[in-house]
Amino acid sequence: MSSEITQILAEYIAAKILKQPNRKVAETEPLISGGLIDSFHLVDLAMFVEDRFGVRIDDSELNANTFDTLAQLAELIRQRQA
Amino acid sequence: MTTLAHLLQQNFAEFPERPAVHLQYNRQPDVTVTYRTLMQGAAGYARALDAAGVPPGEVVVLILQHGEALVYAFFGAILHGAIPSIMPFLTEKLTPDKYRQDLAALIEVTRPAAIVTYPDFVPEVRAAVRSGGPVRAVLVSADIPPVTGPDLGALPGLRRSPDDVVLLQHSSGTTGLQKGVALSHRAVLNQLDCYARALRLTLDDVIVSWLPLYHDMGLIAGFVMPIMNRAPLVLMSPFDWVRAPGRLMQAVSRYRGTLSWLPNFAYNFCAQKTRDRDLEGVDLSSWRAVVNCSEPMHWKSHQMFLERFEKYGLRPAALATCYAMAENVFAVTQGGIDAPVVVDEVDQRAMLVDRIARPISPPLSGPSTALRSAQDAPTGEGQGGGLKLLSAGRPLPNVRVRVLDDQRRDLPERHLGEIALHSDCMLTGYYNRDDATAKAFHEGWYLTGDLGYVADGEVYVTGRKKDLIIVGGKNVYPQDLEQLASDVTGVHAGRVVAFGVFDEEAGTEEVVVVAEAEAEDTAEHQRLADEIRQRVTRGSDVALRHVHVVGPRWLLKTSSGKIARGANREKYLEERER
Repeated sequence: MSSEITQILAEYIAAKILKQPNRKVAETEPLISGGLIDSFHLVDLAMFVEDRFGVRIDDSELNANTFDTLAQLAELIRQRQA
Repeated sequence: MTTLAHLLQQNFAEFPERPAVHLQYNRQPDVTVTYRTLMQGAAGYARALDAAGVPPGEVVVLILQHGEALVYAFFGAILHGAIPSIMPFLTEKLTPDKYRQDLAALIEVTRPAAIVTYPDFVPEVRAAVRSGGPVRAVLVSADIPPVTGPDLGALPGLRRSPDDVVLLQHSSGTTGLQKGVALSHRAVLNQLDCYARALRLTLDDVIVSWLPLYHDMGLIAGFVMPIMNRAPLVLMSPFDWVRAPGRLMQAVSRYRGTLSWLPNFAYNFCAQKTRDRDLEGVDLSSWRAVVNCSEPMHWKSHQMFLERFEKYGLRPAALATCYAMAENVFAVTQGGIDAPVVVDEVDQRAMLVDRIARPISPPLSGPSTALRSAQDAPTGEGQGGGLKLLSAGRPLPNVRVRVLDDQRRDLPERHLGEIALHSDCMLTGYYNRDDATAKAFHEGWYLTGDLGYVADGEVYVTGRKKDLIIVGGKNVYPQDLEQLASDVTGVHAGRVVAFGVFDEEAGTEEVVVVAEAEAEDTAEHQRLADEIRQRVTRGSDVALRHVHVVGPRWLLKTSSGKIARGANREKYLEERER
């Protein structure tokens, strides 16, 4: 389940945020602290997660302390879906 | 002629209980700072600077984020007669090492006598401060209590002359931090006087801003002007806004905000990324001017913003424009206040080839006609060879604008050239940088490095002469990014170029880096691209949109052997088209 979520997120990030559809995003790659996702795109990611998975991420949670990798974000989504 | 310290004191004496600033915080109630609390808080900082042995006339660097401490420290430095300079705070993606280097670069040129920061950040600051250097004191914001009933006559800031420097403004990156724009009390007050008149600013206005205070638009339009001119300010953190752009609209609705300033990208950003549920009950009818400023303005961005927010009461006439720069304190022109922003539709080919803005139809005016009739064109910009340009408005009454050719001769109306200006609110100079100051002026006129034209008294800004990238309103020097990318092992040293490419969806420039690898190997190129992205983002706080790693001898050089940014940008765009 979680790997399916990470796959969807990885494809979204590569295609829509990085605009490099062939780019692989590893589960443990630091997204925010590594500079892959800048602050202007955090809200895009939050809106995508809400629309795609039906869970809300509060804007105060959009930082590296809440999630910095695909694995962490997928875990957050899984917990909120439960 | 007076000073900012006198004006603050006067506001306190006449309107002690009037709100100066409403500070908004994430998930906490707003904090209202009246002129009394502002004066008391600021006097606390003035006293602390005095106690630390910081003499008036010296620079005080403020490394503080959105909040009361920053407000008090800024005006406290002025009440002490010192020169505040706000440095951006460390962000989570910038490496502490690089931040330390930037801070050291700032200290080296600006030679501040003191730095004010948070307790947690003191070790970081100490690491950048050399013993025996100019910094004599590191003040901790938490240790500075307000002074109740301050002895106002004794504050050294009240003994400054109008020609003394009152504040410094830096742009970002190593290059920007070594070029602080020094502004005098006289220059700032002349700007506030003329700009307030151009805006028809009154005591009934309420300014709402999320802009950072280390940038001229945030510092002057979104901080100093409202506080000095007694128009209450609603201020939120840029970090909160970027995660929830609807906060801006909510604040306007709640406080009946009348004026806001936004860089062009923010029109797109707000329109695209504000959820309907964040706009429930929001009423934007009080907004009389939303001023587009600090990066190239796009007609489509205005249209997008209007379409999104018109149903929440946004009036088409509220869309306004401005051309501004720190070297003129802030505004050079203002448009869209007394009459709607003029839209000039010109022949695209004549612009590019003849460098003349030849109108293809009479200038449209009135948002109902300008925006609506333009809406009828399926793609707006560029349709049928016509290019719709937003006027930045007319020069402020104290500013004269000229358009010059390469030999610095005046050009006629509608001819494209470099914009030069003269006013009574110009910079005193780049602080401790007489070399840079001398280069910026020609016979007393400031050479802006911006390209544009004048038609019927309206100023149009079309591009830039100097290599500068503007991302989301923030000036980025390409040489800083090229240096960072050059440091990556496997990149051919010195064979890197950085430039901006306009992205219509985002409404701003996106940063592209093209780097030559030492080898022709696709897997290696991918690895290098990742590393360059990481290195540049963490070293500059600028997110790269495209990193293009190429084989040896891809980049074009000028006859003198320098990497030509413009030519390589063209080559990159041609390859991308294919």
